[in-house]
Amino acid sequence: MVQWENMANRSVNEIAEQSYNYGWSTEIEEESAPFGLNEDIVKWISHKKKEPEWLLEWRLKAFKHFEKLLKNEQLPKWANISHPPIDFQAYRYYVAPKPKLELGSLDEVDAEILRTYEKLGIPLEEQKRLSGVAVDAIFDSVSVATTAKDTLAKYGVIFSSVSEAVKEYPELIKKYLGSVVPYSDNFYTALNSAVFSDGSFVYIPKGVRCPLELSTYFRINAEGSGQFERTLIIADDSSYVSYLEGCSAPMRDENQLHAAVVELVALDNAEIKYSTIQNWYPGDENGKGGIYNFVTKRGKCAGAFSKISWTQVETGSSITWKYPSVILQGDNSVGEFYSVALTKGRQQADTGTKMTHIGKNTSSRIISKGISAGNGNNTYRGLVKVLPNAINSTNFTQCDSLLIGDQCGAHTIPYLEIENPASSVQHEASTTKVSEEQIFYCQQRGLRPEDAQSVIVNGFVRDVVRRLPLEFAVEANRLLEINLEGTVG
Amino acid sequence: MLEINNLHAQVGGTPILQGVTLSIKEGETHALMGPNGSGKSTLAYILAGKPGYEVTQGTISFDGDDLVKLAPEERARKGLFLSFQHPIEIPGVRLDHFLRAGYNELMKSKEAEELDPLQFDRLIRTRAKSIDMDTNLIKRSVNEGFSGGERKRNEVLQMAVLEPRLRILDEIDSGLDVDALREVSEGINQLGTSHSSTLVVTHYERILTYLNPDFVHILINGKIVHSGDKTLAKEIEAHGYDWLNPEQDS
Repeated sequence: MVQWENMANRSVNEIAEQSYNYGWSTEIEEESAPFGLNEDIVKWISHKKKEPEWLLEWRLKAFKHFEKLLKNEQLPKWANISHPPIDFQAYRYYVAPKPKLELGSLDEVDAEILRTYEKLGIPLEEQKRLSGVAVDAIFDSVSVATTAKDTLAKYGVIFSSVSEAVKEYPELIKKYLGSVVPYSDNFYTALNSAVFSDGSFVYIPKGVRCPLELSTYFRINAEGSGQFERTLIIADDSSYVSYLEGCSAPMRDENQLHAAVVELVALDNAEIKYSTIQNWYPGDENGKGGIYNFVTKRGKCAGAFSKISWTQVETGSSITWKYPSVILQGDNSVGEFYSVALTKGRQQADTGTKMTHIGKNTSSRIISKGISAGNGNNTYRGLVKVLPNAINSTNFTQCDSLLIGDQCGAHTIPYLEIENPASSVQHEASTTKVSEEQIFYCQQRGLRPEDAQSVIVNGFVRDVVRRLPLEFAVEANRLLEINLEGTVG
Repeated sequence: MLEINNLHAQVGGTPILQGVTLSIKEGETHALMGPNGSGKSTLAYILAGKPGYEVTQGTISFDGDDLVKLAPEERARKGLFLSFQHPIEIPGVRLDHFLRAGYNELMKSKEAEELDPLQFDRLIRTRAKSIDMDTNLIKRSVNEGFSGGERKRNEVLQMAVLEPRLRILDEIDSGLDVDALREVSEGINQLGTSHSSTLVVTHYERILTYLNPDFVHILINGKIVHSGDKTLAKEIEAHGYDWLNPEQDS
């Protein structure tokens, strides 16, 4: 057989090669809580952050709930994922660069950290920043810098770390923290509520269209740590904000835990567009190491004519367990979920959404694109629930799976609970393979097989990726490309 | 330009081509006819380098290069174009994006200038016009939801853009009605330059009345059993293939 055929055949049988470009770590002096999880640790974190009493009490209630669930082994078991039991005592629940940095001035940010973000493509210094984007940089357990705050302040937009918001805007925090995702929502929200260390807070005042893209970059650096952040975004009446989060972590042999909570509130006529590019370390080809990404994200369309739109590109993590959801409470509100989830190597993803229609004339749209390569396992799980009063509500769901090679898995599990006959739901699903025929057709037009595969994958995800802000759409396509190197099947 | 010498080839271990010898010179149009299963499409795929199609004996030289040693994309970059009998769908990939990627690969290999999307848009529109094709296909996903006629027109448009040295048309007439056949054929004729050659693989004589081949070859059981000028195609149309089959008692 001729030489190039041998090459093609070899790569068919290869397990998806790992090509993770963010796996280096930063050497930095850190300050951390001791290993383990108990009430004293929760108090230690709250004390460290000089929190008011009410917040500590809330944390402790959450912790009690967590302990109860743990004791009764009430961990979520329904997802199509498997992992050895997690030893929650084996983590450090607070790790911060030392000394604790005061926010607001980049001069005080450790040069190593600035270099870290620059290397990640998120320069924080004024002159190097991406134009039109404000960034909150979260390094392990704390926010190390938030850019463009002054520009935003002119519009009355608040963009800060949650820690800072607790001090500066206690009324807003008190009113909204836990209002969409209560600590008792599930096992991991109880854990997060007990030990969360930081996150981003956004408030857009009435009638304001946020002039910049807001974005948070999460970096887990420390060994033996987890990241437990909360993000809270409130869009007041007739406001608009587009928010993007990115994440990465060094390559480590242990399974690090990331259990975040994101809450969105859209009041009358407000719109929140929330985009995620998730690129946590996925583990090696044998499934060693990688991030357990157990995240609860939910938005509430509290007001009439409000809109919440989730877009996610999930390429990293050894396990992804997340269902960014929308509660469509306001009449005529709109919820959207656009997702690309890529699993390769031994990665597992169980992701999807819940659309809960409560108000009248509410509509939701779900587009999910799962890509499985190597031994990856990819599940879409989604619930569309239409309550009795949600008359004239509509849902459209489309779930497509793309398989690369024949060792991977794709599953689609839609749940429909329609309690209102005057509503309509529509579900479409497809599973396709990147076929030899397609690759050959592209080759015949001059493309190498690897480029052919990128072209095919980019086409498959186009409907989702085009909803990302432009700079990030380019980044998302590049990430998919890098992640699929060596997987031509 | 293309020299095929005593070519034997198999697909999945089954021998299909059993000693094909064919020479195509610059500027010539050759037609390859033959009954179902005679190996016509296999020859087209072998030339393009389709995986699973294996040369077991003989040689193919294309502009002096040993074609068998080249990957499919390298053959394409050297100017070999296969018009697919069943053009493949690539959902979500816009035709102009797809074709620009291929075009720029070709340019890169020739060390010529690559085109940005705007320049390429002008090029593709000009080329479409030159073959009297409308441009409504170019923003659509490659072959997705295309009618049979649109798929074949799309292949011709791709040839107009990529300007291959050797065009291999694998049953470009299949699935076309009379009007579409004329349109596609006229498009192909408008492409013709003295520096390129064409190999038309077909069952039917009809398309050859448009494409006017210099030579007609009859392939039966993996061998060219007869060659002639285009009157041979007329005879096939009238009498079938049986009289040419060496294994048939007549």
